[in-house]
Amino acid sequence: MSKIPVKMTVNGRAVDELVEPRLLLVHFLREKLNLTGPHVGCETSHCGACTIDLDGMSVKSCTVFAVQAEGAEITTVEGMANADGSLSALQEGFMQEHGLQCGYCTPGMIMRAHRLLRENANPSDEEIRWELSGNLCRCTGYQNIVKAVRYAADKLNAQQEAAE
Amino acid sequence: MTDATEMTLEEREATLGGIGCARKRKEDIRFIQGKGNYVDDIKLPGQVFGDFVRSPYAHARVKSIDTAAAKAVPGVLAVLTADDLKPLNLHWMPTLAGDTQAVLADEKVHFQNQEVAFVIGEDRYAVSDGIQAVEVDYEDLPVLVDPKQALAEDAPVLREDVEDKDNVGQGTRRHPNHIFTWDVGDKDAADQAFSGAAVTIKEEIFYQRVHPCPLEPCGCVASMDPVRGELTLYGTFQAPHVVRTVVSLIAGLPEHKIRVIAPDIGGGFGNKVGAYPGYVCATVGTIVLGRPVKWVEGRIDNLSTTAFARDYHMTGELAADSNGRIAAIRVHVLADHGAFNAHAQPSKWPAGLFSIVTGSYDIPSAHIAVDGVYTNKAPGGVAYRCSFRVTEASYLIERMVDVLAQKVGLDKAEIRLRNFVTPEQFPYTSCLDWEYDSGDYPTALNKVLEAVDYKGLLEEQAEKRKRGELMGIGLATFTEIVGAGPSRNCDILGIGMFDSCEIRIHPTGSAIARLGTKSQGQGHETTYAQILATELGIPSDDITVEEGDTDTAPYGLGTYGSRSTPVAGAAAAQAARKIKAKAQKIAAHMLEVGEKDLEWEVDRFKVKGLPEKAATMKEIAFAAYQNLPEGLEPGLEAVNYYDPPNFTYPFGAYLCVVDVDRLTGEVKVRRFYALDDCGTRINPMVIEGQVHGGLTEAFAIAMGQELTFDETGNIQGASFMDYFLPTAVETPVWETDFTVTPSPHHPIGAKGVGESPNVGGVSAFSNAVVDAFAHLGVSHMPMPHTPWRVWKQCQALGIGE
Repeated sequence: MSKIPVKMTVNGRAVDELVEPRLLLVHFLREKLNLTGPHVGCETSHCGACTIDLDGMSVKSCTVFAVQAEGAEITTVEGMANADGSLSALQEGFMQEHGLQCGYCTPGMIMRAHRLLRENANPSDEEIRWELSGNLCRCTGYQNIVKAVRYAADKLNAQQEAAE
Repeated sequence: MTDATEMTLEEREATLGGIGCARKRKEDIRFIQGKGNYVDDIKLPGQVFGDFVRSPYAHARVKSIDTAAAKAVPGVLAVLTADDLKPLNLHWMPTLAGDTQAVLADEKVHFQNQEVAFVIGEDRYAVSDGIQAVEVDYEDLPVLVDPKQALAEDAPVLREDVEDKDNVGQGTRRHPNHIFTWDVGDKDAADQAFSGAAVTIKEEIFYQRVHPCPLEPCGCVASMDPVRGELTLYGTFQAPHVVRTVVSLIAGLPEHKIRVIAPDIGGGFGNKVGAYPGYVCATVGTIVLGRPVKWVEGRIDNLSTTAFARDYHMTGELAADSNGRIAAIRVHVLADHGAFNAHAQPSKWPAGLFSIVTGSYDIPSAHIAVDGVYTNKAPGGVAYRCSFRVTEASYLIERMVDVLAQKVGLDKAEIRLRNFVTPEQFPYTSCLDWEYDSGDYPTALNKVLEAVDYKGLLEEQAEKRKRGELMGIGLATFTEIVGAGPSRNCDILGIGMFDSCEIRIHPTGSAIARLGTKSQGQGHETTYAQILATELGIPSDDITVEEGDTDTAPYGLGTYGSRSTPVAGAAAAQAARKIKAKAQKIAAHMLEVGEKDLEWEVDRFKVKGLPEKAATMKEIAFAAYQNLPEGLEPGLEAVNYYDPPNFTYPFGAYLCVVDVDRLTGEVKVRRFYALDDCGTRINPMVIEGQVHGGLTEAFAIAMGQELTFDETGNIQGASFMDYFLPTAVETPVWETDFTVTPSPHHPIGAKGVGESPNVGGVSAFSNAVVDAFAHLGVSHMPMPHTPWRVWKQCQALGIGE
């Protein structure tokens, strides 16, 4: 199958590759760019393990073709650490609150929670649950994931207040 | 030796991060940065991809397979069929249950989505094209999906390959579709108790076919090094060492030429115990092509072909006196094992540990019979987050006790208190011959009843019932049997179900420990290190825990059935004690005293009466490499293979409160209070996480999960479109609590906890839903309690308008 060029920015890095038009974005990230943080857990866009941030939206990368991401700005979990390399508030929150077990859903959860906190800096527990409902976890029962997001929100809000 | 630090005893203990502390997990740091290493992340030089052509029919003859067009597809490298595997004798493989399973359909398919051909190509897209191009000609045959019809005289014969055999590995058969009968207990005693009983009850209780459905599906990468003649098999293996032995036995490769590596695993819950055709085909593929072959199943493949759980049609009976004191239990189970008997249980136990069915109750006599049958459904029958068939047993007895309470007009807490094995009876031997190690059931139940104000809930329920509202209170007071197991009882393929730990202490006082188990999210890297920290006086942060590589880890039977802590955790403690014994000799030499003059304190040996004279484990470690007493070999290492003297018996008391909308059938879980007793608690944070997760899986099973089939054997709902996995929205908020009754036979008194919440949770949810209707004369409602089914119940009772 003939290949076509695609350009995008992934975790701040310019990417320029030739791909088959049918190549899914998740396979492009995982297999071409070796960013194996996004995982594949289903083929029906339900599980959310492949969630990434694409042009300011949470997107399930298993249901987007790589060519559809032409010109896009993409962040995966590999791009989530702070500029100085330290863990982001969300990453720290998942660790502190035991928000993960097998870790398979975690990159998607973190990316979804990242966009949630950009859109709503102080969500209630109920809002967190609704906003994460496109991401499945089989291990934690979600309770500690909610706490992890709460932890990050509180930390980011405190930093924001201190800066003001 | 002098103490360089000024820390107090408490500070030294805290520094260890040992048993009992809520240590943060060591494995998290890679997962939160996307740096886990799951099987699909593996990318070896020259690696290719393989996947299956699957049967659309549940029962059909394969008349021909034409692979020519597929082989011509660009990027396709090979297409394997049963005929290609025949010369290698790999077209069938042995199952863990003594039966055989087709690797690729050999003249017949026996269930929908069965593996028919294996296409290997440069990437998954080329493989997908190749799969489309394989032409298979089928002749469909009559399908059997109802196990109740399997034993009918005129039933179609499913397994023609074993039609003439009177035994397929687990006892005598009486029909071509019959697999085994397992009969335990004292039938005469039970029958006698029933004939003289004041009260008897009988209930048909079906535990539906469900699937463990870990978020990561099953998969492997097989890589043959043709020069060295060595096979490396990476895969989602809960039991990597067993996989190595199985591969050696079926592929005929010497075991030392096989290295099995289980990398990070994205959840298992029993699904990743078995051996699947994908492993065999990837292995054949790499041998044929000389390139690494990856196979990773899709979600539909996962739900429709790799190990399901349950599918137990149970008939339960209890006999009791008029006070609700149980005299006997009788159970018959019709077990639907699907097309091949591939369930994963200890070999001698065709129904696993189902005979724990007397539960937490002191029942004088019992008789259990289980019949396994073939149907045109996927093979399997694994424990889905439970020790072998314990969930089925626990669900049955917990439901039956409620039915009995209803019949004799007793409160469900009261009937449990009247029948409990009492704390004084431990160690308690059940009438089905299990020796319960320890327990205190009344304390656990009473603590829960008090915490939730049970009396207040009953009053509220009575008021609501007057107003026509439906509120249910469900109780479960379960006992698990985990830690399989003592080799006198338990083996897999003749290998005793021991487990192992090997520890090496480095000269600078840090350590590496390797174990025969394999975490799939349980947090072994964190918790095993805590056991070792307490035992060895080395901080858990200084201990690396490794599992899953058969070239480096000692042989063990893997992680399932809540066996890691009871078995490998015990091996860890025992191996550490061997090291400590040697360390004591070295310390005596260093301190120039006799061994008996030393006593252990947190992280060091002290000279009795001279507290300032001590040698820390760190100092001893260094001495082990340069300053040894004469005759003692250098180094500080130990290995222990632990064959447990008994199972462990964790227990718990769960209470669930539901409100049911009689107009929509929606069940809302208002409150769930879970008290677990898993003996000594290694890491309360991890335990709580396990309980949350297990309860959520129990919630999924009780409220929505079921794999159903239409009459032609089409599996319905084998994707996340239909198979219920609760999201954060549906999942209730969990309240947890605990008591601590250590196991008397386990080196640190720990019992295991991962599966208790699933075992206890399912009955608590189901009992709560049925209880919402109990005052209307309902004694049982089949799971899962979906809004549709509950709505139908409301309609049937005339309360749905």
